[in-house]
Amino acid sequence: MLCFTREHEWISVTDDEEGTVGITDYAQKQLGDVVFVELPEVGSRLLQGAQAAVVESVKAASEVYAPASGEVIAVNTALAEDPARVNTDAMGAGWFFKIRLDDPGELAGLLSEGDYREHVEALH
Amino acid sequence: MTDATSQPLCVTPLDALHRRLGAKMVPFAGYAMPLQYKGIIAEHQHTRQAVSLFDVSHMGQAQLTGDIGGFERLVVGDINGMAHGRMRYTLLTNEHGGIIDDLMVTHGGHYLWLVVNAARKAQDFDHLRRRLPADCELAVCSDRALLALQGPLAATVLARFAPAARLMLFMSSESLRIGDVKCEVSRSGYTGEDGFEISVPAEQVARLAELLLAEPEVKPAGLGARDTLRLEAGLCLYGQDLDETTTPIEAGLAWTIQKRRREAGDFPGAGVILSQLRQGPRRRRVGIQLGGRAPARGGAPVIDASGGEIGRVTSGSFGPSVGAPIALAYVNAECAAVDTPVGVIVRDKPLEGRVVKLPFVPHRYAH
Repeated sequence: MLCFTREHEWISVTDDEEGTVGITDYAQKQLGDVVFVELPEVGSRLLQGAQAAVVESVKAASEVYAPASGEVIAVNTALAEDPARVNTDAMGAGWFFKIRLDDPGELAGLLSEGDYREHVEALH
Repeated sequence: MTDATSQPLCVTPLDALHRRLGAKMVPFAGYAMPLQYKGIIAEHQHTRQAVSLFDVSHMGQAQLTGDIGGFERLVVGDINGMAHGRMRYTLLTNEHGGIIDDLMVTHGGHYLWLVVNAARKAQDFDHLRRRLPADCELAVCSDRALLALQGPLAATVLARFAPAARLMLFMSSESLRIGDVKCEVSRSGYTGEDGFEISVPAEQVARLAELLLAEPEVKPAGLGARDTLRLEAGLCLYGQDLDETTTPIEAGLAWTIQKRRREAGDFPGAGVILSQLRQGPRRRRVGIQLGGRAPARGGAPVIDASGGEIGRVTSGSFGPSVGAPIALAYVNAECAAVDTPVGVIVRDKPLEGRVVKLPFVPHRYAH
């Protein structure tokens, strides 16, 4: 299941309640060239809506929020060497971290792909 | 731009062209300006490797006529000793030695041509009008646009239209015809590369820009690349690295005060500035290169090995040509020596860095 936040994060959740988190293609286009991503520590606990990561473009730093609460079980270490993956493949190889969800029920408050597309269109 | 409280933005005469080229437009100094077209890093690299065209029409252009000798008393540089056709970077200073603006002055014989920062136009022109001798006239040329053609291939490209461009000296100015447009061209810029700034009547700039962009080597570049290029070149941005509380000596701009002016001590703030020149300032502008990849931004505290704050970052980004995060900072003078280890606090954590020689990337000006 793929869900989105209004703050332009995505979370892709498997049947065993693990979620992979990244920023959307719209977000990477708004940021421009990504030069650094500060990721959470594996084992740390995130609360839904709390700051989870920071993405630095050439121009500015932006915060990335946790789409759901849970424990960080992996981070995308490839971003340390190649942060531009966020630009080239935001929804794939540019993922940020994986969490084990505390409560899959939290996902009900997120946007579907269609709702997110409408949300982005309304920004223009 | 949707902020209801903000003033409506001015546009440059190239606004339609920027939008047609797919620029991401952002507000800057009251203007809607192109931040980037394809991407800041690509535009930065293209400028270092080939040649880029920047719209810098937001900058203030003005002509001084009449008793132009009176202008020199308001800036730190030797203006009256300039040869006809030469250009000089200088500073307007206040009585406390602070910098009101940094600007380019071209000596046109019977007139001076000024190019000032967009964000400082109103202050500068107001200051000049109040302080210039009565028989010195300031004409603000808001009917002119300004292009910057920057990069190692700039002279090759411009010489196709005006062969004399190739022979121009760095920091000199000439009237050249490019296509059918009469331009005031200077060999200068803000990228550390060879290049030209081209002043043209606003109604002809779109034609000129399209003519230059039609050359295969030339690509458009926006303010984002202009900022990373000037940062790598160690050049100051007014409002970040310079302001009315920074002196030319602190800023490392003592070289802008030529011998005759030092001896005469007849510029605003000369007491403070010359005393700092003799005794050394308390703080100095330095370049800092950081380890890792996280950039430090303006305002980030700079610390010494014991963790004590020694200054602040004024400009910082990732340097695409350096391949590392770089910053300009003002630090206590005793910490300003090259290779001094320093830390920069980013999101409450110290990042390791060291003071490095400026510029970060060597200048490659003509001649």
